[in-house]
Amino acid sequence: MALNARIPDGPIQQKWDNHRFTMKLVNPANKRKYHIIVVGTGLAGSSAAASLAELGYNVTALCYHESPRRAHSIAAQGGINAPKNYPNDGDSIWRLFYDTVKGGDYRAREANVYRLAQVSNNIIDQCVAQGVPFAREYGGLLDNRSFGGAQVSRTFYARGQTGQQLLLGAYSALCRQIGLGNVRFFDRREMLDLVVIDGKARGIIARNMVNGKFEAYVGDAVILATGGYGNVFFLSTNAKMSNATATWRAHKRGAFFGNPCFTQIHPTCIPVSSDHQSKLTLMSESLRNSGRIWVPKKPGDRRHPNDIPEHERDYYLERLYPSFGNLVPRDVASRRAKEMCDTGHGVGPTGLAVYLDFSDTIKRLGKQWVVEKYGNLFDMYQQITGENAYEQPMRIYPAVHYTMGGLWVDYNLMSTIPGLFVLGEANFSDHGANRLGASALMQGLADGYFIIPYTIGDYLASNTFPKVDETHAAFRDAERELTAMTEKLISIKGKRPVDEIHKHLGKIMWDKCGMARNAGGLKEALKEIPKLHEEFWHNVMIPGSADAFNQELEKAHRVADFLELAELMCYDALHREESCGGHFREEYQTDEGEAKRNDAKFSYVAAWEFKGVGTPEKLHKEPLVFEYVKPTQRSYK
Amino acid sequence: MADTSMTITLKVWRQKDRTSPGQFVTYTMPNISPDMSFLEMLDLLNLELVRKGEDAIAFDHDCREGICGSCSLYINGRAHGPLRGVTACQLHMRSFKDGDTIVVEPWRAKPFPVIKDLVVDRSAFDRIMTAGGFISVRTGGAPDANTIPIPKPVADEAFDAAACIGCGACVAACKNSSAMLFVAAKVSHLALLPQGYPERKARVEAMVAQMDEEGFGSCTNTYACEAECPKQISVSHIARLNREYLRAKMIEEKSGPVDCAG
Amino acid sequence: MGKTAKFLQSSVGRKVVMSLSGLFLCSFLVLHLTVNLFALQVKSDGGAEFDTYAHFMATYPLIRPLEWLLFAGFLVHAVLGLYLEVLNRRRRPIGYEVNRAHENSTWTSRFVWLTGILVGVFLVVHVNTFFVQSRFFDHRPMIELIKEAFARPGYVAFYMVSLFFLALHLKHGFQSAFQTLGLRVGKFQKLIHAVGVLFWLVIPIGFAIIPLYFLFAF
Ligand SMILES: Cc1cc2nc3c(=O)[nH]c(=O)nc-3n(C[C@H](O)[C@H](O)[C@H](O)COP(=O)(O)OP(=O)(O)OC[C@H]3O[C@@H](n4cnc5c(N)ncnc54)[C@H](O)[C@@H]3O)c2cc1C
Ligand code: HEM
Ligand code: HEM
Ligand code: SF4
Ligand code: F3S
Ligand code: FES
Repeated sequence: MALNARIPDGPIQQKWDNHRFTMKLVNPANKRKYHIIVVGTGLAGSSAAASLAELGYNVTALCYHESPRRAHSIAAQGGINAPKNYPNDGDSIWRLFYDTVKGGDYRAREANVYRLAQVSNNIIDQCVAQGVPFAREYGGLLDNRSFGGAQVSRTFYARGQTGQQLLLGAYSALCRQIGLGNVRFFDRREMLDLVVIDGKARGIIARNMVNGKFEAYVGDAVILATGGYGNVFFLSTNAKMSNATATWRAHKRGAFFGNPCFTQIHPTCIPVSSDHQSKLTLMSESLRNSGRIWVPKKPGDRRHPNDIPEHERDYYLERLYPSFGNLVPRDVASRRAKEMCDTGHGVGPTGLAVYLDFSDTIKRLGKQWVVEKYGNLFDMYQQITGENAYEQPMRIYPAVHYTMGGLWVDYNLMSTIPGLFVLGEANFSDHGANRLGASALMQGLADGYFIIPYTIGDYLASNTFPKVDETHAAFRDAERELTAMTEKLISIKGKRPVDEIHKHLGKIMWDKCGMARNAGGLKEALKEIPKLHEEFWHNVMIPGSADAFNQELEKAHRVADFLELAELMCYDALHREESCGGHFREEYQTDEGEAKRNDAKFSYVAAWEFKGVGTPEKLHKEPLVFEYVKPTQRSYK
Repeated sequence: MADTSMTITLKVWRQKDRTSPGQFVTYTMPNISPDMSFLEMLDLLNLELVRKGEDAIAFDHDCREGICGSCSLYINGRAHGPLRGVTACQLHMRSFKDGDTIVVEPWRAKPFPVIKDLVVDRSAFDRIMTAGGFISVRTGGAPDANTIPIPKPVADEAFDAAACIGCGACVAACKNSSAMLFVAAKVSHLALLPQGYPERKARVEAMVAQMDEEGFGSCTNTYACEAECPKQISVSHIARLNREYLRAKMIEEKSGPVDCAG
Repeated sequence: MGKTAKFLQSSVGRKVVMSLSGLFLCSFLVLHLTVNLFALQVKSDGGAEFDTYAHFMATYPLIRPLEWLLFAGFLVHAVLGLYLEVLNRRRRPIGYEVNRAHENSTWTSRFVWLTGILVGVFLVVHVNTFFVQSRFFDHRPMIELIKEAFARPGYVAFYMVSLFFLALHLKHGFQSAFQTLGLRVGKFQKLIHAVGVLFWLVIPIGFAIIPLYFLFAF
């Protein structure tokens, strides 16, 4: 099967407009007859479900949470980008497009990124109209800040809770449609399989997490907006339940997986404190605007940070990158921190941390200023570590944060299975090999509010849909397989709890497929993971029963998939013999230790086709063409 | 950091499902580190239970950063535990002492039935939101975001209300199981913003009606909700809700049903 | 269902009735205290001025409907208050094993129903001693009834305790009424607080002076 990205013709500025004109429309009177299933109601899913219902489609939405408002999107702190150029500092759609392609280290599809930049302004308008309380200036107009390495102020934010406010906006739009009867919503339902009939996605099977029953949902198209898979590492900044099951099971039904090894490691997280740690907490990147990162010059210096004199401190980011300083992109900041710790400069009890110091800012602008700007983050830091960051520097360390990889989609956001659309972090996305700050929220909402409502109509209007219902053999079979799988899991009754195996997997992945990778380590991981996989299926212990609320069973399904996905991630990382963005292969770096791309060989999206458990997946390549932003070595010097 | 590990006795409410009766079960946990979060301590207990083949304790959680509103534990007689402005997931064991007995219960309120152990069903909140917790605006038709300036203090106050995470601690702590603070936070957030004006009458009426229908109690202004709210939402928003409601009932306004756009 | 009926069945509507009835009773307290304070002139005028008022109250025709209104106010307030309390208790069929409510709310707020009942008990006794006796059975001047009643230390003690509960009831009740009306916000808060002190502290003390005066002065 050849990959067709379906990028419209014409100059990049007109592609989306042209495409919108040439796409087929569904007759308004007929929209009600089309049934769309939306799996996942985070930013991407809620916005899509609400917008499609407003258009008149018959929508069913479900999520494994108790309410759409609990989706992982709620945790995003920093902000959302849009080139409104309100600050008059030279921003434009073109600049956002350029920054995103460059920031992604030239591994994203230009046409998609341009469209993203184009619609991002509408997102802000939409959210404000919904009542999202973005930060404002005293004049009453919207405030912007610079974020995540951007040199213009284009980030809209709502204190440190931007994701929350945006999600509540999308959720309220969804609620309105539920109230009007246009969306039927089901909570605590976890999709466990995709049903494909005659080559088209026609529904899903979900487990009712309260009573354990499998339920079939039939539709004419299926949208997955199920988020990222960072939890394959066990420890990440993702919410505890975030998982890959929906996308992975769709992958097993034929959807290609794009760039699975592209993971983002966020530089400013609270370091791991003990073995019992269950997750990592992000300290918003905005802190890098006001804090200075340093380590002691002397390796193994165990003095209290306040006792280390100025001249014995190494402000290494400022030293290495004089023009960007502490604001270099995430991948660079993360890698440098790791390097400092690897060479013995790390601080704190574990030696796996660097300092983020606010004393200069406090001296210059006063403590009150810092309290107003970052008070909630400092409180959170104190809550977790018991340390007061107004009086001593914070300790930070990189942590897994976001997955750029995901199901491969074409320009219409359709996967390689016709009728299966993938939005938000779940798709392989517009971020290439590295995502810039404040752009995931933008992408999720762009997909949901402004792209899918058009492109899905084209698909529905161009295809015919023979009537099927849940009695169809494909649904029955899928349900039978799931029942068997679930019974198998429950009946193993081995010795190791799911979390323990998950932690083990996470350690392998972090050590060998994490911030820096090399062929040797990846090959080892590829030996260890199948062993662990094997052990899981023989030695996992799941108490309780299948037909009841059972959180251990929920986790088991997810970890079963992580074990398979982890292997693919390592394959992908191994095959990509270059460094780009978040994918840093130690063998491929410049003399200064920067990522060294190999555009001649690897300027493509790696899209993997599932061939059966235990069988290597087949690689398909979507070549990337850069007509507008010419690839160069990224430099933040 | 400190290797001063503690021994904690836990009394946890265990309940098989919605209809079964429940009871407290006591567990002793040696070697608890003060740096552990409360939920990590429950994780640890669950690991042990699972190793023994026993059913793990069910509790809701997800973000573990105090923002998703999933966690919902009544710890030693306080919603989200002893600290103010902190969710259960952000509570750390350093808030307890060696030898403490900690009683862990689910939220208790008729509209929040127990699903299992410490997990309750809070979908009543969603239904209240569905009744009117929104501004009727279609995707696409919005004017430029800077068309309506909003004074910063007003925007800030709207934000204070909008910060609600829908955790239900207000209901759990209120002696009347009243959902006033939750509902007020939403009503207040939208009533403060000019975008929310057109529907303010219909919104407050619909949300209060749904709140009553779900079976929440009525507020007697004990303000326990504000004290226990992890986002410290002020009861002044309840005052605003009351005012909005009175205004809605007294002033005849040409405002359609909550949804006019369709 | 009519608009008013709907309003009265809503949780917020019922609260408004509580609040308005409560404030109405508060306004009665002001009037009642003012009149009663004239009884303190008993040594100078023998209770003449006080008795004029008492006589006026007992005979002037326009007072009757006001009296009924007052009794109705007490009735509505007490019955609805207790009814809501019962309803609210049913919202939590299984209570908490441990509930440290004192760490999140004041005693007065959690126990208004109790202080209310105690004030209610006081009222029954009090209204019987003065109002019922003087209207139906004992036609001496009111000042005599007062002298007699407050000569008994036990009776006075009962008043002191009751007034203490009235103070607690109003400590919570007064500001609560304004919260219910949506007025306890912004700059009003200080005002409500200040006037609140008048109601829950000054007025009960004012009442308390009367029985004490009669107990010790005669
Ligand atoms: C701590 C943190 C801070 C961040 N800060 C920022 C920021 O400042 N700016 C920014 O742009 N980005 C930020 N991000 C990234 C951004 O938040 C996410 O990428 C984005 O919110 C993902 O949205 P989504 O809608 O794709 O998925 P999610 O919000 O993860 O939603 C997934 C949904 O799918 C459902 N679901 C998943 N699987 C299933 C299944 N099998 N069956 C049923 N339902 C399922 C879930 O219930 C949920 O409703 C941050 C991320 C983290 C972790
Ligand atoms: C018969 C005896 C009384 C009983 C049983 C009683 C009962 C109650 C109860 C249960 C409440 C709380 C109800 C709620 O907040 O929803 C309340 C509130 C109140 N009471 Fe009383 N009460 C009595 C007498 C009085 C008197 C004599 C006064 C004043 C003189 C008074 C003034 C108030 C006020 C101002 C409130 C606050 C109303 C509000 O919260 O909005 N009450 N009462
Ligand atoms: C402690 C000092 C008080 C004194 C000396 C006092 C005195 C009196 C007297 C003399 C009467 C009879 C009036 C008449 O029949 O014309 C009366 C009636 C009444 N009192 Fe009091 N009173 C006191 C406190 C209170 C308090 C604290 C309350 C309410 C909480 C109260 C409530 C009433 C009511 C409801 C009546 C009957 C209605 C009326 O006649 O006005 N009194 N009181
Ligand atoms: S008001 Fe506070 S306590 Fe109540 S649901 Fe919202 S955040 Fe939780
Ligand atoms: S605690 Fe309950 S009584 Fe009212 S002020 Fe809060 S809802
Ligand atoms: S787990 Fe999300 S708020 Fe506690």
